[in-house]
Amino acid sequence: MDNPTEQQDREDTLKGVGCSRRRKEDARFVQGTGRYTDDIKLPGMLFADMVRSPYAHARIKSINKEKALALPGVHAVLTADDLKPLNLHWMPTLAGDVQAVLADEKVHFQYQEVAVVIADDRYIAADATELVEVEYEELEVLVDPHRAMDADAPILREDLVGKMDGAHSVRVHDNHIFNWQAGEKDATDRVFEQAEVTVKQDMYYPRVHPCPMETCGCVASYDKINEHLTVHLTSQAPHVVRTVVSMLSGIPESRVRIVSPDIGGGFGNKVGIYPGYVVSIVASIVLGVPVKWVEDRMENISTTAFARDYHMTGEIAADSEGRIKALRVNVLADHGAFDACADPSKFPAGLMHICTGSYDIPVAHLNVDGVYTNKAPGGVAYRCSFRVTEAVYVIERTIDVLAQKLGIDKAEIRRRNFVKVEQFPYKTCLGWELDSGDYHTALEKVLNAVDYESLRREQQEKRAQGELMGIGLCTFTEIVGAGPSRNCDILGVGMFDSAEIRVHPTGSIIARMGTITQGQGHQTTYAQIIASELGISSDDISIEEGDTDTAPYGLGTYGSRSTPVGGAATAVAARKIRAKAQKIAAHLLEVSENDIEWDIDRFKVKGVPGQEKTMKEVAWAAYNNVPEGMEPGLEAVDYYDPPNFTYPFGIYLCVVDIDKSTGETSVRRFYALDDCGTRINPMIIEGQIHGGLTEGFAVAMGQEMPFDEQGNLLGNTLMDYFVPTFVETPHWETDYTVTPSPHHPLGAKGVAESPHVGSIPCFTSAIVDAFSHLDVTHMNMPHSAYRVWQKVHELGLDSPV
Amino acid sequence: MIPAQFEYHKATSIQDAIAQLGAHEESKLLAGGHSLLPMMKLRFAEPPHLIDINGIEELRGIRLDGDTICIGAMTTENELIQSEILQQHCPLLVEAARLVADPQVRNRGTIGGDVVHGDPGNDHPAVMLALDATLVLHGPDGERQTPANGFFLGTYWNDLQEHEILVELRVPVIKKGVGHGYHKLKRKTGDYAVAASPVVVELDGDVCRDIRIALTNVAPMAIRAEAAEAILRGKAIDEALIDQAAREVVAACEPAEDLRGDALYKSNMAAEMARRSIRAALQQARG
Ligand SMILES: Cc1cc2nc3c(=O)[nH]c(=O)nc-3n(C[C@H](O)[C@H](O)[C@H](O)COP(=O)(O)OP(=O)(O)OC[C@H]3O[C@@H](n4cnc5c(N)ncnc54)[C@H](O)[C@@H]3O)c2cc1C
Repeated sequence: MDNPTEQQDREDTLKGVGCSRRRKEDARFVQGTGRYTDDIKLPGMLFADMVRSPYAHARIKSINKEKALALPGVHAVLTADDLKPLNLHWMPTLAGDVQAVLADEKVHFQYQEVAVVIADDRYIAADATELVEVEYEELEVLVDPHRAMDADAPILREDLVGKMDGAHSVRVHDNHIFNWQAGEKDATDRVFEQAEVTVKQDMYYPRVHPCPMETCGCVASYDKINEHLTVHLTSQAPHVVRTVVSMLSGIPESRVRIVSPDIGGGFGNKVGIYPGYVVSIVASIVLGVPVKWVEDRMENISTTAFARDYHMTGEIAADSEGRIKALRVNVLADHGAFDACADPSKFPAGLMHICTGSYDIPVAHLNVDGVYTNKAPGGVAYRCSFRVTEAVYVIERTIDVLAQKLGIDKAEIRRRNFVKVEQFPYKTCLGWELDSGDYHTALEKVLNAVDYESLRREQQEKRAQGELMGIGLCTFTEIVGAGPSRNCDILGVGMFDSAEIRVHPTGSIIARMGTITQGQGHQTTYAQIIASELGISSDDISIEEGDTDTAPYGLGTYGSRSTPVGGAATAVAARKIRAKAQKIAAHLLEVSENDIEWDIDRFKVKGVPGQEKTMKEVAWAAYNNVPEGMEPGLEAVDYYDPPNFTYPFGIYLCVVDIDKSTGETSVRRFYALDDCGTRINPMIIEGQIHGGLTEGFAVAMGQEMPFDEQGNLLGNTLMDYFVPTFVETPHWETDYTVTPSPHHPLGAKGVAESPHVGSIPCFTSAIVDAFSHLDVTHMNMPHSAYRVWQKVHELGLDSPV
Repeated sequence: MIPAQFEYHKATSIQDAIAQLGAHEESKLLAGGHSLLPMMKLRFAEPPHLIDINGIEELRGIRLDGDTICIGAMTTENELIQSEILQQHCPLLVEAARLVADPQVRNRGTIGGDVVHGDPGNDHPAVMLALDATLVLHGPDGERQTPANGFFLGTYWNDLQEHEILVELRVPVIKKGVGHGYHKLKRKTGDYAVAASPVVVELDGDVCRDIRIALTNVAPMAIRAEAAEAILRGKAIDEALIDQAAREVVAACEPAEDLRGDALYKSNMAAEMARRSIRAALQQARG
């Protein structure tokens, strides 16, 4: 007979799925023994530093390297002219555009890379950059994207003049990058014409920067004798980098090794391929010694991959009961000077067409125009999946506006429009299939937990006393785990991911994945998946990622794709191993395979107590006693091409109090319910949610990259750029429901980005709610004290002086 | 983020520091380094010589001399916060130091460096004005003492003479009937003030015998809001008078627009901080 406590004990020792196992990574991080790119020191290593443009738009008249080259310790100064013979002065971007590696005749944004200095150490390199003399002729600057397509707008990209067939569509202006549409325009317009109620709201999602604690950098090392290139770099997608580096350099992919060591946060900033990487590689090949390049904080914020910068208009047509009949979204996307967005190739606006949200909307139309401006390139998914943050923002804001116009409560209007539990899997009118969800249950859970009714009553009382209290609500659906290779690829490579698992004779395991952890805790959670599948304690399972010489090819970690794709590959690979192990067990127990059943960590002969073989025993046998005709060994690889995305969702509620005299907002309460399907490690989920909420708070309340009329970036240090500390960060309350994904092997959906995606509109919703009785429908982020006070002042609510 | 070349010298005494300032052209004293080094890293400043005064013991420490508190210029913000003498006799300085920057900066940044550096965002100059402090300076010609009032002349501009070193700051102990108030608005930890206002009030019964209202980061340098003080001096202060004074605070401000806000916001915030500080000071003065 099975003994439940004995079984529970065996289950517990596995530390598998569902266990709040402590993070394996933390011991080295908290002891300062992590190994980051800048920790890598190779013999003879030189340092690269950039000469950057002080102007946002200027012609380069001359570059004089003499003085810099004369400084002792300087080995080389490279400009676009030096890269030209190698055809590396421009490089392709992930978005089908090209980008200057070093400015070629013109600079297109402030801080653009103009020349690179290679010197003995970073101090000499920094001195030498000051000695490179560059003569500029300033050109008219284009800062405002709304002006980009004016007839008299300065033309930015001279290399593209007259080339009207863009990578994604016809271009209608020299500063136009693409037009992209989803849905049915005419049908949508018709519904709007006949609708009982329509609302329309303009909103700006500001340009922000992911600002990971570790900036970007690399150490390139070319071995001339063996013609082998090794590059350690801060990449969220090392295998893709290997492919690109091989394509650009002509070195066969088999002789290029990319290693992502420990990464101090990525948040999308470390997806791209940057000029600093390319010039370090070139310099190492030319000079025959390793070359290191590491950005400082200002370079990071100013030049490597910003996020967002979407000027959006959301429109809803509804009936008088608030039931949505149609959605129309228009976007003007500011991509900066080169289109270096990191999106699946077919989607120049990412997954923006998830903008129907959690709602049952019959028809919709999305129109996105991308334009060039004199700003740094980027447009990455900052802790989100390809423009999902923007999509969630526009629908959540616009539905709030609809509620306000109709005088229907925010929660009630959502109830009326949610996709119902029985409608899943639900095909949205813009082409997605939401895999599973139960929005109504989750909403009620949150409203009960915070006692929504009494919060609303309190708000009434506060308003009567002239105080400003706001309640924000966001009921979002994410789309993560890119993605099915039928519609998702990066540079033509399908967006599968991979796992390779080897069970050693003594029953411990090493597994390698194509993804790469940057704080998510893969070493901990992937081991838990394998532990549950194979019955080996996760403490005996080592996880390795990031070295392209050893790990199987994968597309990397961003867009919450590790668990949905890499985690699925891990489960499937483990299941392949278990299937083989079952055959070996049957052989050892001398029964037919069909008579064997799996029990936590062992195979048992059905109905015969005591006749069993543990996975450990089977592992040993796999190397000395396999059935005839079976190859020895116990390992498997899986390349997992997901059948669909996964659609985690959440219900967030936020209560704020606003100080009318200073504009300061105090977040009194933030309640976050997340449903990410099966929960692999609740503690890590909690940690990821805290992190995501904190980053969402940062974006909503303070982060911005303001430019003046000359295209100068005004806030590129941490004095101005808001990265909250514990002092500013609100208290987070978390909760969950579990609606497994029907198509994922474990039912897991991915979670780390939901809190970022969902919290941002929730904060705006709360701030606007504080003013909604005064006919305010929207306020643009960031909701800094200064900006909130301006609204207070405009409405005459502050004490007069 | 890497400073230009410079030479480092360590001073062993006040005299030695003054001598070294004379010996090395365009040299700068290095105190806590939290204003100077960031400027050097950004290459806004490229002094060829730094003279480190951290080893000079006589520049450190807080002592009580009758009714006067003497604070060595090299006393760190953290030492101000932890000082029992200040906690008991000059709560304003403790409050202000607590709101300077972040713990790392407070561990090294010094009150002397903060007072003489000349950044209008620094907190201590206005605090010195409100406390009616005296600065003790040593130079090639010996010692001189000068009131804080009148010392601050503009951005990165004050009455510190060539080769002079600030040695000590002297502030009066708080007495019965005197109250301190300090309010500062900042965007986040580690930020300078959007506006801040230290206030010292002396009451005679209900009547305000004297009041000093100083302002941080709303003018090229720390200033006193003298018209606002005049409205309150000699009166029994009530909310209506505070409102009037607040209007004068706004008028006294001439802030530069930056990401912290425009002139309208900053001067309004100065008024609000002054309001709050006046109320706090009154409450303390009333005991
Ligand atoms: C992130 C950050 C945030 C900050 N926020 C604030 C804030 O909110 N409020 C605030 O007040 N300050 C703030 N500061 C500045 C900080 O308090 C500095 O420590 C202070 O301004 C200068 O003191 P120091 O001892 O570091 O001087 P240093 O940086 O060493 O020197 C500053 C200048 O004063 C001169 N000097 C120093 N000591 C003497 C002396 N005894 N005699 C003559 N000249 C001298 C130096 O030569 C130099 O020119 C901040 C700094 C940072 C880095």
